Amino acid sequence: MRTLLIWLPLALFLAFIALFASGLFQPDDRVIHSRLVGQPLPAFTLPAAASDRPSLASAQLATGQPRLLNIFASWCVPCAAEAPQLEALKAAGARIDAIAIRDARPDVDAFLRRNGNPYARIGLDARSAVQIALGSSGVPETFVIDGQGRIAYQHIGDIRADDVPMLLDRLRAAQ
Amino acid sequence: MIAETGLAALWLAAALALLQLVLAFAGLKGDKPDLLAAVRPAAVAQGVLTAVAFIALITLFMRSDMSVLLVASNSHSAKPWLYKFAGTWGNHEGSMLLWVTVMGVAGAAVALFERALRRDTHMATLGGQAAISLGFYAFLLFSSNPFARITPAPADGQGLNPLLQDPGLAFHPPTLYLGYVGLSVAFSFAIGALLTRQVDAAFARAMRPWVLGAWVLLTLGITAGSYWAYYELGWGGWWFWDPVENASLMPWLAATALLHSVTVLATRDALRAWTVMLAVVAFSMSMVGTFLVRSGILTSVHAFAVDPTRGSFILGLLALYIGGALALFGWRIGAVREGAPFELVSRETMLVINNLLLTVILGLVLIGTLYPLMTEAFGHKVSVGAPYFDRIAGPIALALMIAMAVGPLVRWRRDRPIQVTKRLFGFFAILITMSILLSILAWDRIGILPFLGLVIAVAVGVASLAPLWKRNLRRTPLFTYGMVIAHLGCAVSLGGMASDSAFTVEKLVAARPGDTIQTADWTLRFVQIAPIAGDNWTALQADMEVRRGGAPVMIHPQSRFFTSPPTTTSEAALLTRWNGQLYVVLGEEVEGGRWQVRIWWKPFVTFIWLGGVMIALGGALALLGRERRGWLMKFRARQAA
Repeated sequence: MRTLLIWLPLALFLAFIALFASGLFQPDDRVIHSRLVGQPLPAFTLPAAASDRPSLASAQLATGQPRLLNIFASWCVPCAAEAPQLEALKAAGARIDAIAIRDARPDVDAFLRRNGNPYARIGLDARSAVQIALGSSGVPETFVIDGQGRIAYQHIGDIRADDVPMLLDRLRAAQ
Repeated sequence: MIAETGLAALWLAAALALLQLVLAFAGLKGDKPDLLAAVRPAAVAQGVLTAVAFIALITLFMRSDMSVLLVASNSHSAKPWLYKFAGTWGNHEGSMLLWVTVMGVAGAAVALFERALRRDTHMATLGGQAAISLGFYAFLLFSSNPFARITPAPADGQGLNPLLQDPGLAFHPPTLYLGYVGLSVAFSFAIGALLTRQVDAAFARAMRPWVLGAWVLLTLGITAGSYWAYYELGWGGWWFWDPVENASLMPWLAATALLHSVTVLATRDALRAWTVMLAVVAFSMSMVGTFLVRSGILTSVHAFAVDPTRGSFILGLLALYIGGALALFGWRIGAVREGAPFELVSRETMLVINNLLLTVILGLVLIGTLYPLMTEAFGHKVSVGAPYFDRIAGPIALALMIAMAVGPLVRWRRDRPIQVTKRLFGFFAILITMSILLSILAWDRIGILPFLGLVIAVAVGVASLAPLWKRNLRRTPLFTYGMVIAHLGCAVSLGGMASDSAFTVEKLVAARPGDTIQTADWTLRFVQIAPIAGDNWTALQADMEVRRGGAPVMIHPQSRFFTSPPTTTSEAALLTRWNGQLYVVLGEEVEGGRWQVRIWWKPFVTFIWLGGVMIALGGALALLGRERRGWLMKFRARQAA
C-alpha cells in the first residue's frame, strides 16, 4: 500500500505530461475568423488615407468584379513584409483596395513610398470602427470580395509567397 | 557589442553550470573532496555572469537599440524610460533571462551563505540547482535567444502591450519570479537531501528561510497582480480565476503548505516524506505555471502565447525535472525513517489538516485550470469560469480559516481536548454572536458564502491575536508576531472579499456632461469630457465631481488610445475612503452625446490587499526572527569559545 502511494505522484504527473503534450500538438484553431464570411460587407464610407489614391466606400466594392481588400497600417511590420506579395498579386491582374487602420496620411504616404503602392483605393479607418465591423482582429488581413460585395474569404496574417496562387484561385472562384 | 557581451556571458554561465553539476556529482560519488572545493566558486561565478547578461539586456532596452530583434519587437523609442526598463522582462525571452538570472544569483547565495547544512547535502543541493539551471540555459540559448540581431534595423520598435504599461506591472513579474525561483532552491534542497539521505530537522531548518522568503515574495506578487487586474482591466473585480492568475496561485498554495510542514519538521522532526513531497510539488507548480503561461496552451486575457516549439521545450524540462524528482522520491523515500510520533490532538495534527485542506484546494484549482484542456483532448470545448472556483474553493477556504484560528491554540505533540475547547471558548462566542448579529441586520440581502465569510473573518481575526494573550509582549519572539500578523492578514483579506461580494453597489448609466447620478450614498456630477495627451497615448478624460455629504472631490476616469501597438485601455478612477472605494469607469460614446459610465461603490474592498500586505509582512517578520535567533546563537557560541 505504502509503495503504491509513493509512486502515485509520479503516475499522476506522467498523466499530466501526456495531457499537456496532446494539447500542445493539437492543430491550432485559435485563429479568429470573421463571422461575415459569405455575407455582404457592412456599409461604410471612409476618407482617403493617401494623397494620391481616392477614398473608399463599401458601395465601390460591389461592381461585378471580384477584388482583394487589404487591411494594413504604416506602423505594422508584417505589413511591410507582405508588400512584395501584394505587388505580385497586382501584376497577376488582381484589383486591390485597402483600409489603413489608425493611421495618418503622411505616415501612409511614407509607407507607400518605401514599400510600393499596389492599391486602387485606400480608405482611412482612424478608430478601427470599420475593422471591427468587418470582424477583423489585426493587421495585416486580406479579404476576397466577390462581384456582389460579399466576403468570399478571409486571410489572417501576412501574405506569404506561397499564398499568392491560392489567393488568385480564390479570386477566380469568386467571379 | 553589448548584445554580444551578454550572449557570451550567458554561454559562459551555462558552461559553468555544467562544470558545477559534474564537479558536485563526481566529487560526491568518488568521494574526492578536492573536486568539491571548486563547486562553490563555480556557483558564485555563474551568478555573476547571469547578472552581467541581464544588465546587458537592460542596457539595450534603455538605449532603444533597435538592431536587437527583442528590443525592436517589444519596445519603442518614444516610450517613457520606466517602461523601456520594464520592457526588458515584459516579453518571453527577457522574462526567461530574468528567470535564469534570479536562479543564478540565488545559487550563488546558497553557495556563499548556507552554513546550516551538512557539507555533502550542501554540495548535492548546488549540483541539483546547476542541473535545473542548465535546462533553462539550453532553453534560452537554443530556442529563445534574447540577444538575436535583426537586419535591417527598424527605425522604431513596436512597443509594449499597453495593458502592461503600468508601474504596477513593471515590478509584478520580478517579484513573482523571485518567489518561483526561491521555490527552485527549496526543490534543490529536497533533491540534495534525498540524494544524501539526510531528510531531518537540520535539513528543514536550512530550507525554511528559502521557503519563507519565496513565499513572502509570491504573496506580494499575487497581491500586486490582483490589485493591478482590479484597477487596470476596468471590470471592477479582483480575481478572475484566469489561467495566468491560477499559475501564480497554485505555487503559493503549495508553498503555504510547505511552509507549515517544514516548521513541523524543523521543530518536531515529523512529516519528513510529506515535506519533501511538498517541496517537489511547490516547484512543480511554478514550472507548470510557467508552462501554461508561456506555451499558449490555454487562452487567457494576458495572452503571452508563443509558438509550440517553445511549449514543447518547457514541457520537456518539466518532464525531466519533476518526473526525475518524483522518481527519486519514490526510490529514496522508503529509506527515510519515520519522524517523531504525535497524538491525535496536537499542533502537528492541526498542521496536517491545514496541509490537507491546502492540497485539496490546490488540486481543485489545478483540475479547474486544466479541465478545458482535458475535454479538448476528447473533442469538446469547455471553459471553466469563476462560479466553479468560487463554489468549490470557497467552502474549503473557510474551513481552512477555522483550522488556522484553532491551530496556534493547540500544543505541540499532545494536548487535552478539554483544554483546547476552553481556549476556543472566545472564538466560538464571537462566531455565534456575529452570526446572530448579521442575520438580524442583513439576512435577506447577502448570499451564504459572503455571510459565512464575514462571520468567520471577524472570529478568526480576534482568535489570531490569541497567541499573544497573557504573554510578556516584550519577550515574545519575533516569529510569533510574524505568525499573528500573517494570520490576522488572512482574516482581513477574507473580510474584504466577503464585504465586497456582499455589499457592492453597481450602476451603469448613459450620461451626458451636466448630468447628475445618484448611487449608494454618493452623488456624482458629470462636468465635462475633453481630450488630453500623455507620453505615448492620447485619451478622452471625463471630469466628474463626486460628493458624499462633505466637500466634493474631482475624479478623472479615462479612455486611453495607444498608437503603437494600437489599443484602447480604460483607466478607472478610484476614490479611496476608509470604508471602501468608489470605482468609476468611462465606457464608450452612445448616441446623442451620452457616455456609458459604470460606477461601483465597494465597501472595504481595500482590505483584500491590505490583508495581502500583512500576510507578506508577517512572513518577513518570521523570517527575520528565525534568522536573528540563528545569528544570536552563533554569536554566543563564539563568545563562549
